[in-house]
Amino acid sequence: MSRRILELKDVKTSFYTHLGEVQAVRGVSFTLDKGEALGIVGESGSGKSVTSMSIMKLVQYPGKVKEGQILFKGEDLINKNKKEMMKIRGDEIAMIFQDPMTSLNPVYTIGDQIMEATIKHQGLSKAEAREKAIEMLKLVGIPSPEVRVDNYPHEFSGGMRQRAMIAIALSCQPDLLIADEPTTALDVTIQAQILELMKDIKEKLDTAIILITHDLGVVADVCSRIIVMYGGLIMEEGTAEEIFYTPKHPYTMGLLKSIPRLDLAEKQRLVPIPGTPPDLLKPPVGCPFASRCPYAMNICLEKMPEYTTSPTGHRAACWLEHPEAPKVEVETGVKRGAK
Amino acid sequence: MAEKKQEVLLEVKNLKKYFPITKGLFGGQTEYVKAVDDISFTINKGETLGLVGESGCGKSTTGRTLIRLYEVTGGEVIFEGAEIGHMTESELKPYRKKIQMIFQDPYASLNSRMTVADIIGEPLDIHGLASGEARQKRIFELLHTVGLSKDHASRYPHEFSGGQRQRIGIARALAVNPDFIICDEPISALDVSIQAQVVNMLEDLQNEYGLTYLFIAHDLSMVKHISDRIGVMYLGKLVEIADCNTLYEKPMHPYTQALLSAIPIPDPDITKNAERIILEGDVPSPLNPPSGCRFRTRCRYAMDRCAAEEPILQNIGEGHQVACHLMDEK
Repeated sequence: MSRRILELKDVKTSFYTHLGEVQAVRGVSFTLDKGEALGIVGESGSGKSVTSMSIMKLVQYPGKVKEGQILFKGEDLINKNKKEMMKIRGDEIAMIFQDPMTSLNPVYTIGDQIMEATIKHQGLSKAEAREKAIEMLKLVGIPSPEVRVDNYPHEFSGGMRQRAMIAIALSCQPDLLIADEPTTALDVTIQAQILELMKDIKEKLDTAIILITHDLGVVADVCSRIIVMYGGLIMEEGTAEEIFYTPKHPYTMGLLKSIPRLDLAEKQRLVPIPGTPPDLLKPPVGCPFASRCPYAMNICLEKMPEYTTSPTGHRAACWLEHPEAPKVEVETGVKRGAK
Repeated sequence: MAEKKQEVLLEVKNLKKYFPITKGLFGGQTEYVKAVDDISFTINKGETLGLVGESGCGKSTTGRTLIRLYEVTGGEVIFEGAEIGHMTESELKPYRKKIQMIFQDPYASLNSRMTVADIIGEPLDIHGLASGEARQKRIFELLHTVGLSKDHASRYPHEFSGGQRQRIGIARALAVNPDFIICDEPISALDVSIQAQVVNMLEDLQNEYGLTYLFIAHDLSMVKHISDRIGVMYLGKLVEIADCNTLYEKPMHPYTQALLSAIPIPDPDITKNAERIILEGDVPSPLNPPSGCRFRTRCRYAMDRCAAEEPILQNIGEGHQVACHLMDEK
């Protein structure tokens, strides 16, 4: 059997606001295998979260997935109705949200919230579900889970709430876990705990993970493959090594140069990306990054480039990759193992 | 940096800030959250001191107490030789001109009913620095300094992006020609590509106007990038302070070590093979902090002595100060 678990084909999601159509996701395609950790990076408004919401079919009014296919285990989720989606959500695909304070229900105990999923999807009895909840809390490293299972969310700290969220997400052993900025609201020492936990889970349960974040350090740590999004489109996709050491797209290069490196002794001046991201109410005709790109050519403003894909699957949407493009001195990514 | 003659601009001695919490129906019992508990450090003229720590460690409270947004509970704040921690508001006014602040949230820190010109002009009015045409000219000049244009002056904050708003906040801080600026997480709310723009600007302004910064942030990579020296706080205490390379290369306090090792480095080869010190549990409540060393409940090296006796910040050479009993063991 193939290990392919998810395939997105040209997914487009828009929000129909009173100002007009905001094209948040403008044609996104990628695949994901079992046990693989895929990172999606991008700035706010790049469409990374809307992509994940589209997969879960959680895009709310006035938003709508207007085109494309989302094949999960070979079946198109777009055609599923509400009831069918409810069966899949929480059972086969689970999601962890950014803000653990607002994603838990304050009037139910942590235990109740974990049990809800297992009772619904796996038909466990209440007693069995409680056992399972305690087991899950133990798995995610909550101390004295027998006591904690009866606590309410407000009795948990931020890190513990995020662990509880992960416990809920994993309780039905989903095949796909989508984590949308799971550590952004947490302190670094707690972030390290959560990332360790996610790596562990991937190894133990063979869960496929989509990790959405703006932190390049986090994806470098957890993910084997990375997608870089900008202006509702995938700009570049490759293995973690390809993205960091041999990036092809000027946006990826720009991102890598604009963050300071903790491990380098000498201070280098940061190289910011000038300008601001595009307005997706009126997305540019050509490459969305063209107005901020140091290598932009005339064609970049007129036409969106096709993907050029290397044999290893490293692809980038950039006119510089075109065979007829002028050769420019392009600066490369991070120096490998620089220390 | 190190060779420069060092003139102390700000000296903080045993600074304390406690927030009272009244319990019981009639407010009979009062407990205190010791947000900042007895910290001391100095900042030299023209340097940037970074202050890092996790949420709730008291780094923002320190900044806000220094600028007297909060009343000082105890200790001294000595700015250019004058004790400003306990001055009255009128005595303090000349110093308000010298110390300014840039806030974290560019959405909340600008009055949405005021135009940009009025926001930037307000400090000029308060201190009577310019009026009429001179005021207008100064505002345009400030806008230019922070990379905005004249046309922006008559607009309102909601018309700007986060990065631009932060520039407006910086222009407001610069309006009175301050010597010292407290930057309280000035880039945390911004996107990665915009962060670099603002940080570069802060560096340029420092070089141009000889500013001194206290840079408060939780992003250690950015703090390392911008600071000359760094102080690490944990639960209201300063646990380690050193110049920036020393701190990153030879962290001595177990908390600093854990904090540094927890940061994922944007380089797959390094970060995937990195050895992490994963701290257990969470930061304890500042209402009821552990006895002795406050970090001992999460420390790998905790000894009996750590519970009994509070370690004091001691010099271990070249301005590197650490508060840990392990330093005596060696």
